[in-house]
Amino acid sequence: MAAVERREEPAERPLVPRERPRSYYGLPIVRRPAWTWEVPLYFFTGGTAGALAAVSILARWSGQHRMGRSARRMALAGALVSPALLISDLGRPARFLNMLRVLRPTSPMSLGSWTLAGFGTALGMAEAADLAGLPVAVTGTMEGAAGILGPILANYTAVLLGDTANPTWRGGRHLLPFVFSGSSLAAAGGALCLAGPGEGRAASRRMVVVGTALEQAAFLAMESQLGPLAEPYRTGRGGRLAQAHRRASWAGALLVLAGRRSPLLQRLGGALALGSSALLRQAVYRAGFQAADDPAYLVESQES
Amino acid sequence: MGFFTDSSVCIGCKACEVACKEWNEVPDLKPAWSGNSYDNTLRLGANSWRHVAFVERVRQDDAAGVRWLMSSDVCKHCTRAACLEVCPTGAIFRSEFGTVVVQDDVCNGCGYCVVACPFGVIERREDDGRAFKCTLCYDRLKVGEQPACAKACPTASIQFGPVEELREAAQARLEQVRGQPGGEEARLYGADEGDGVGGFGAFFLLLDRPEVYGLPPRPEYRRRDVVTMWGAASVAAWLLVGGLAGALRWRR
Repeated sequence: MAAVERREEPAERPLVPRERPRSYYGLPIVRRPAWTWEVPLYFFTGGTAGALAAVSILARWSGQHRMGRSARRMALAGALVSPALLISDLGRPARFLNMLRVLRPTSPMSLGSWTLAGFGTALGMAEAADLAGLPVAVTGTMEGAAGILGPILANYTAVLLGDTANPTWRGGRHLLPFVFSGSSLAAAGGALCLAGPGEGRAASRRMVVVGTALEQAAFLAMESQLGPLAEPYRTGRGGRLAQAHRRASWAGALLVLAGRRSPLLQRLGGALALGSSALLRQAVYRAGFQAADDPAYLVESQES
Repeated sequence: MGFFTDSSVCIGCKACEVACKEWNEVPDLKPAWSGNSYDNTLRLGANSWRHVAFVERVRQDDAAGVRWLMSSDVCKHCTRAACLEVCPTGAIFRSEFGTVVVQDDVCNGCGYCVVACPFGVIERREDDGRAFKCTLCYDRLKVGEQPACAKACPTASIQFGPVEELREAAQARLEQVRGQPGGEEARLYGADEGDGVGGFGAFFLLLDRPEVYGLPPRPEYRRRDVVTMWGAASVAAWLLVGGLAGALRWRR
């Protein structure tokens, strides 16, 4: 039986496939990021610090001073860690000041570097003014400046990713800022649930819930807009991270709600909200690798 | 000034790859057999500024023969260059010859150009940290010489000159090739100013679809995209502030 089948095969089989190739030996067309682990972590620390800075000034205006100061100090911690992460990612860290050599409006990274520099300076000055016992107006002005830059810091990183040739990042460029905004809002609430003052507990819980809702809705909208380009969010490492993010995010919101009378549950929920925000940035970052590595995504997105 | 690479006369000798490496002191690649026809360079990158692609195809209508396509790829020196627009240090600039060049004494290796390039050309050199790509032999152009690859090409597959003149020559060549067997799918790639990147400073005559050679079918970079993205980000930022204010029960 086997011998008969073998006889029916052509004497020579072509070494190259007959069908029209859709890529060059399956090799990637666009490049995956050259960035290292610091970058997605910075997306998280910068985003959370940005939202916390906005909390600080809004809390001051609404007379919740302990809440405001607590948020400002956490934001300052984020503003100190963030540049360190970014500098250590550079191929030539000693040249980090070249980031402020020009201001280029077409480069989200250039605008972001200036935003981060201004943000950190304003927060540092606010803290110094507060510690030195300068008039409240000085502290308030500096907090206000950081509070304006903060929300930009929270989601310019989505613009940065959208302004690339990566098909999945580029395809989601108009909705990713909403995902990042929601996630930063939830993370700020999470940080305050975890370590904020008692007076702001109810507000912190609401931040987690509102942020989670915004982020999840925006993520769903982005996935549906992406269509086949959303696959990197469903398979492989990007998919696993996205799922872990989704679970942590919902669990955090539920625990925070359940923790109205239990400080322990509230802290746990806050930690989950923070962790889910970090996971989100990892998921988006990793999905970009998958989208770059398989040329089919790019070719299909450019053919239609 | 720019390149016209006519792949219909490329013989796959890789003289361009060698000449480029020699002149520009581009580091070597670790030798490895890829199994992809005669191509062991695989793609453009920090350490390969010219790359000769070898495509093997059995044609549907002609079971007897294998069609062998060769094409020497290079940085496209886009009219609207994404790498240049996103570079936060100003290390990437447009030269007096209209080419796109990285200043290696300014680049701090942020890696943004790497993900921005629609062709995956520019890359961060691992042991060095900075980004590198074809300079279109900026130093040679400055003294009135032609780029090393074009000079070394034995079949004039790589032609160097003013882009306008090259485009006219390319159009004429395209009509010639189309009339010949195997030229049915011939096309110019990157010769149109109306394309997604405003035309390439280094464009090509291909005998098949771009993706067959590892090139994106419709590369795109538009400045107005960044404007609409910032618009979306502003709305998202206001939503964030609104969410916070609501959560804090803040009223004026």
